[in-house]
Amino acid sequence: MTSVIANEAKAGKGKQAKTPTSDRSRSENRLALKLVAPALALMLIVTAFPMVRALYLSLFDYSLTAPDDRKFVGLGNYWTALSDGLFWRDTVTTVAIMIITVAFELVIGFAFAMVMHKVIFARGVIRTSILIPYGVITVVSGFAWQFAFSYQNGFVNSWLPFIGDDFNWFAERNSSLIAIMASEIWKTTPFMSLLLLAGLAQVSEDMLEAAKVDGATWWQRLYKVILPNMRAAIMVAVLFRALDAYRIFDNIFVMTAGANSTESISFLTYRQVIEQFQLGIGSALSVLLFLSVLVVAFIIVKLFRVNLADARQEG
Amino acid sequence: MTARRARRAAAGLAAAALSLSVLTACGGDGGKPTLNWYINPDGQDTLNALAKSCSTDDYTIKIQLLPSSATDQRTQLARRLAAEDSSTDLMSLDPVFVPEFANAKWLLPFEGDLKDKVLDGVLDGPADIVTWEDKVVAAPQWANTQVLWYRKSLAQAAGLDMTKPVTWDQVIDAAADNDGTVGVQANKYEAYVVWINALIQGAGGNILDPDTVESGRDAKVTIDSEAGKDAAAVIEKLARSKAAQPDFSTSNEGTSLGQMFPKSGAGEFMTNWTFVYNNYKGLVGKPGGPKDDAGFDDLGWTRYPQTVAGEESKPPIGGINIGVGAYTKHPDFAQQAALCVSSDKAQVDLAVNDGFAPTRESVYDSPEVKDVFPADLLTLFRESIDSAGPRPRSAYYSQISSAIQARWHSPTSVGPSTPGKSAAFLEAILSGKALL
Repeated sequence: MTSVIANEAKAGKGKQAKTPTSDRSRSENRLALKLVAPALALMLIVTAFPMVRALYLSLFDYSLTAPDDRKFVGLGNYWTALSDGLFWRDTVTTVAIMIITVAFELVIGFAFAMVMHKVIFARGVIRTSILIPYGVITVVSGFAWQFAFSYQNGFVNSWLPFIGDDFNWFAERNSSLIAIMASEIWKTTPFMSLLLLAGLAQVSEDMLEAAKVDGATWWQRLYKVILPNMRAAIMVAVLFRALDAYRIFDNIFVMTAGANSTESISFLTYRQVIEQFQLGIGSALSVLLFLSVLVVAFIIVKLFRVNLADARQEG
Repeated sequence: MTARRARRAAAGLAAAALSLSVLTACGGDGGKPTLNWYINPDGQDTLNALAKSCSTDDYTIKIQLLPSSATDQRTQLARRLAAEDSSTDLMSLDPVFVPEFANAKWLLPFEGDLKDKVLDGVLDGPADIVTWEDKVVAAPQWANTQVLWYRKSLAQAAGLDMTKPVTWDQVIDAAADNDGTVGVQANKYEAYVVWINALIQGAGGNILDPDTVESGRDAKVTIDSEAGKDAAAVIEKLARSKAAQPDFSTSNEGTSLGQMFPKSGAGEFMTNWTFVYNNYKGLVGKPGGPKDDAGFDDLGWTRYPQTVAGEESKPPIGGINIGVGAYTKHPDFAQQAALCVSSDKAQVDLAVNDGFAPTRESVYDSPEVKDVFPADLLTLFRESIDSAGPRPRSAYYSQISSAIQARWHSPTSVGPSTPGKSAAFLEAILSGKALL
């Protein structure tokens, strides 16, 4: 009930924004545009140029080691990529990594956010220690977990009772992916919890108290009050992390280097451009990667049925 | 207000002066020029000494270390050269990088007198490697080759006459029948392609047609041939033989070293690079090595085995060649320095200190080098390097190698249809119709 009211209030705000503005606010808007223009121009040079360039290069058969053989192939590179089994295998791997890691991060991250929100003693210490993994560089985290999962000098095998001591996690696909995802989850859960903590702080205490007075149990308060009111924050957290996870590279590079079919789309792109020097097909893959990131973002926004503009005005 | 303006002006001036001084420091145009030499980590001490002794009053050579894996070395150099880096003056190049870099016009060719000096007395194998489209694009510094290392006692028990050329069939049978093994490199990496290439060339064939290989994407794929099938037959035979070592499909240059003098068993036949001699010499009486000097004397060597009886084998070739970056600010000095670090004297030092085989015929006759290796081994190295077969010399080599690995690994799955399958895949890769 309360969540419906809250949403209606938000919708009202959205409508209000469209009413005619005064001269003063119009001139303020103009000034704002002038102020952001230099930054916008810089952003265009730094981000738009490489993107347009990648789009352009993707239309060529172009190897860095054979610059004279460069020729225009139109959408040929896209066709090659989309009709190749390797591309789809890597897409499946990437999507699997994204779904599993984000799901784990959401649950664990929410628990951490609750702890950080509710904790009354040693608040600073607890919050800091939860956030430490996020401060670790991903490559370092990758190496640390690679050692942890190593059957020769790692501790994971001895900690897990159902795993033999000589089990080699990096010998086949699924177990390698588990190790990669463990590192990814460990490293980025704090980021998720930080975003969720911000959402948690916005849930009004009055509503919680009202629910308590009405006799709602802890679970009911969580499901009927806290989570619905956090929907926008959850969406932002899931969106950020899902897009990040879809572009996973570092952990795979460090832990398996793509062996045993653990390659992600980013890694495939990296190999074409950096290892094979194939700028044409590599650019086509990076454009496809960009487009699939847009698709993922679209799906998540639709799934949560939240207006991003509203999410910005929350609170 | 004016005071604030004056402060601002002063701050602006200070910032400008600071950035100018930083820029000048980056330029470094005062004094003696420094030539950066990107080396791979093999034989660092000797290379450091060479850099010092080859520095002159005109320039100083400074060593820059590349990563240890060949892929990373190639990527790092390529990134610099693609960005037209003027501080990449000299670089140590693996043979397969030479066509790639030369085709991209990243290497400054040696012309006129310099060309003659670079090739003066150089054996055919290394001379071939540094030539691209009739230009000499690098100076051979040292060469590497594979020979067949074996236990004399094992060969004797098998009744093999090692004074005559032996075939892979004979070697595999001899090992299998006499409690021995055969050591090769068959992990999914470059050295496996080295083996496959040597087997195919040994049967008179090639992965790509040598006449069209330099034309890049238009090269004719010739791996699906009798020679390709002969090569596949050798790998298949070893994979199914009890002479195959337990880690056959993940074996590399180091894994089979321990099987030469094992705790039990008759030892092995092993195709491997020139470092093997010094390796066992240093391991006498130690774990993994021969028990004593008599044990070390049981180590034999002969030319790379034949794929087909009667057809001369084509041993693999490796080594390092010194290239000069096309964008160097000091091309003359850099080429002079390249000649110095690949001179006869430099090659003697590398042979004596690190056991690297020379690329110049005359260096094999120098007394210092003769002290390092037994005379017959030195002759074997020289002949092997002189008659070696190169890997496909293509600007697309990296793709070719990966494509071969993709279809020929695991070696236990290699059969008569492998050459055909790999030919189709290689054609698709070369024409840009498949992903690697």
